[in-house]
Amino acid sequence: MSLLARLNTPERRELLWLAIFSVIILVVLPSILEPFRLNLFGKYLTYGFVTLGLVICWGDAGILSLGQGVFFGLGGYCMAMFLKLEASSVANTKIQSTPGIPDFMDWNQITHLPFFWQPFHSLAFSLAAVVVVPTVLALVIGVAMFKRRVGGTYFAIITQAIAAILTILIIGQQGYTGGVNGITDLRTLWGWDIRTDHAKTILYFVSAIALILCILAARVVRMSKLGRLLRALRDREDRVRFSGYEVANFKIFAFCFAAAVAGIGGAMFTLQVGFMSPSLIGIVPSIEMVIFCAVGGRTSLLGAVYGALLVNWAKTTFSEDLPQLWLLAMGGLFIAVVLAFPNGLAGIFRLAIDRLPKGPGGRRQPGITPVVAEQAGAPQ
Amino acid sequence: MSETDYMLAVEGLTVSFDGFRAVDDLTFYVDRNEIRVIIGPNGAGKTTVLDLICGRTKASAGSIKFQNEELRTLKEHQIVRRGVGRKFQTPSIYDDLTVFENLEISFPRGRGVFGALAFRRDAEVRDRVEEVAKTIFLADALQRRAEFLSHGQKQWLEIGMLLIQQPSLMMLDEPVAGMSVAERKKTAELLHTITAGRSVLVVEHDMGFVEDIAHRVTVMHQGKILSEGTLAHVKADQRVVDVYLGH
Repeated sequence: MSLLARLNTPERRELLWLAIFSVIILVVLPSILEPFRLNLFGKYLTYGFVTLGLVICWGDAGILSLGQGVFFGLGGYCMAMFLKLEASSVANTKIQSTPGIPDFMDWNQITHLPFFWQPFHSLAFSLAAVVVVPTVLALVIGVAMFKRRVGGTYFAIITQAIAAILTILIIGQQGYTGGVNGITDLRTLWGWDIRTDHAKTILYFVSAIALILCILAARVVRMSKLGRLLRALRDREDRVRFSGYEVANFKIFAFCFAAAVAGIGGAMFTLQVGFMSPSLIGIVPSIEMVIFCAVGGRTSLLGAVYGALLVNWAKTTFSEDLPQLWLLAMGGLFIAVVLAFPNGLAGIFRLAIDRLPKGPGGRRQPGITPVVAEQAGAPQ
Repeated sequence: MSETDYMLAVEGLTVSFDGFRAVDDLTFYVDRNEIRVIIGPNGAGKTTVLDLICGRTKASAGSIKFQNEELRTLKEHQIVRRGVGRKFQTPSIYDDLTVFENLEISFPRGRGVFGALAFRRDAEVRDRVEEVAKTIFLADALQRRAEFLSHGQKQWLEIGMLLIQQPSLMMLDEPVAGMSVAERKKTAELLHTITAGRSVLVVEHDMGFVEDIAHRVTVMHQGKILSEGTLAHVKADQRVVDVYLGH
């Protein structure tokens, strides 16, 4: 049997695309990029976690969140708090008036490590918090909103407000959070210097593998009945409800899943970039994350991840040469994608694949039709 | 309220929207194995009655007892799980999914979030889906995407999605609207075959179809019951002729 004929089911083809993606990020990029550029791509990968979560939450369940930066940031801050405490050993901070606490606390006349910083001495606790803290916040927001049947635009606005609140809170509580500068000057992870080129390359691979695992986890969700239910309730919420399902719980799950993977992405960001700050998690970054997902394709896991890589790569490239034009270009790109290609690059790619002649025995799959509207009219 | 043998006992049911009483002190009973049809002019409150029973609209007063259990305090999904199925006026199916997947989603197992994640398509599911598909004339269309079905087939599919849950009470809102004559005939047969062991409550305008299926008919007008009985009985009622049938 020819290779094409073997790949005649969508599931198998999807695995092939995933294998190709894995080769690109695990083999091709590391062998052609110098360490500095590879580290940049490592940073882009961390946004891939966010966009793949958005595929489940927005693409499948139809819940548009304009506050994914919050969860990315919470994951990132949890990691940064651990790293900062390790960098603030008594030996490193003996010139401070209170040695042994983070430098920004000392500058703000704080003399004790606040209680909520204490558990971040533990790496195990911090790693768990990277996932648990964003998930619990998403759970609280989800229960409060979805149980009351708040959805659509209202939900999007509320998530945006939460992104604004968190940023203001972090900036305002400088002594506890590092304020507008964020948490900087991170040095070691359990004594291992994360600032060297070698460490950054290793962290790149850790990110890449974690991302592939998250894609596989999201695939399990999407291929289960749970995944089909999310797509069903996006278009026909009432039909799902009147088939005996508590719709709110399914939306809460989708939102929490997106928050959990965004948190992992944030932690990988902190590790590779070496700091975390409020400018990375507010309203504008949150909207950018939605754009990455829309450009790549919100109904395709790999499309959304490629979207994060490509848009970020373009951002770096353009802003090196034409920084003023970048924001305009990104806005234009977003509008163009939404108007012309609701399924983003992945939609264009699928169309192209469908037009290719198939090998003998290879059955044509009907093209995927665009997702028409978030909020299908409620049936009478 | 009294203990009843009825499948459904609606007593004193009232709902008002901004002072307007869409359903006003309504009382009626549906027997086991009965096909009851609600007819009446537009705005009589027929669909609202179905909405009230399935929990989509909350009643202002009265009681809705299903197999002697009060439904008014239950949430929509709980009412469904007690055995009340509801079909909407316009076909409400999942366009993106195949006929098989549409029926499978409606299969009453794995209804929690993690139950749905762990759900496996085993022989029991497959057999049941195929059985229901045969009943609703879609045995050959299982792998077709639902959006490519004809209008009549979509209506049947939604009926099948209720059927697979084996509800004790099925509520159908205008099941033959937009169907061809042949499709209507088939739908009437379908309703007769599936009514064994359950009750069916239908809202319908098509009098030919009503004649084919109804055991008893309830005529509604301005939120109240105007007349009730066999079709011949209500047809002979002068008030019914005046407000509805005379047109």
